[in-house]
Amino acid sequence: MKKMPLRFGVPLLLFGALVVFLAIGLQRDPRLVPSPLIGKPAPQFSLGTLSAPNKPMQREDLLGQPYLLNVWASWCAQCREEHPLLVELGKAGKVKLVGLNYHDELEAGREWLAQRGDPYGLTLFDPEGKLGLDLGVYGVPETFVIDAKGVIRYKHIGPLSSEVLNREIMPLLASPEPRAQ
Amino acid sequence: MLFCLLLLAGAPASASDAPAEFSNPALAARYDVLLGELRCLVCQNQTLKDSHAELAQDLRDEVKRLLEKGDSDAAIRDYLVARYGDFVLYSPPLKESTWLLWLGPFVLLALAVMVVVMMSRRRAPPPAPLDDTERARLAQALAERREHP
Repeated sequence: MKKMPLRFGVPLLLFGALVVFLAIGLQRDPRLVPSPLIGKPAPQFSLGTLSAPNKPMQREDLLGQPYLLNVWASWCAQCREEHPLLVELGKAGKVKLVGLNYHDELEAGREWLAQRGDPYGLTLFDPEGKLGLDLGVYGVPETFVIDAKGVIRYKHIGPLSSEVLNREIMPLLASPEPRAQ
Repeated sequence: MLFCLLLLAGAPASASDAPAEFSNPALAARYDVLLGELRCLVCQNQTLKDSHAELAQDLRDEVKRLLEKGDSDAAIRDYLVARYGDFVLYSPPLKESTWLLWLGPFVLLALAVMVVVMMSRRRAPPPAPLDDTERARLAQALAERREHP
């Protein structure tokens, strides 16, 4: 066979490269925006909890042990999807779980937990989404891993799966030191 | 898009579309410009100005609050970038991770110009003028043709 002339080969190669780039671009989910907060201290807050809305808690009250901060709301359909996994995790008792009830009403939030089980040691009540804003929350559910010193180590957007939990989150909770990225 | 509609359906209707009121018209103008530059992360192809998502309303309120507090436009942009990342800006900043985005088109243009220049150089040079013997042969051939058309 005759050797392919350069004038056909070069455009073909360029076209191939374009196809590869576009294919990669199409595979990526544009909703997953990397958070600029990874590696930064968790924001300050002063919020009540679902059980004691008038007794504000601060960021410092949660330090000392790494924890999972799960942002949820009673109006959020996907939260229902991931909730059984969190209930299971709560039962196992190995992980400190903190809920953040986001843009919700007190009664609705309480009832939601009463119906589906409450895996959280405590649930912060953020009806105006103030802490949500400082955490860059834009779609519930979102889940953060915050280490013992209060530094955000990881953020997951969307419902948790056992795969994400085992592969990404549990190793972070097990080792207090920051993982090399 | 569908996601946005779903969100809308779930959101209390009163939450969105309440126009912001400023006592100071200069602030209102800055508010308007800023909202046009900032992206709503729920409905990603809409600015904060256009979006009806609940998050957009929250962020609009936040921008308003910061403006009234006396923050500069740059400080407000930084405030949102610190929480939501560069993606919140419609016009991404020029830095290490975005230089390809900004400079890529110019690099491609330069490459294209180079290719065109190279191709035009490679084209065969114009034929050299005829020398004396060639001219004689040409004259002869033309003469022959005139005799035997």
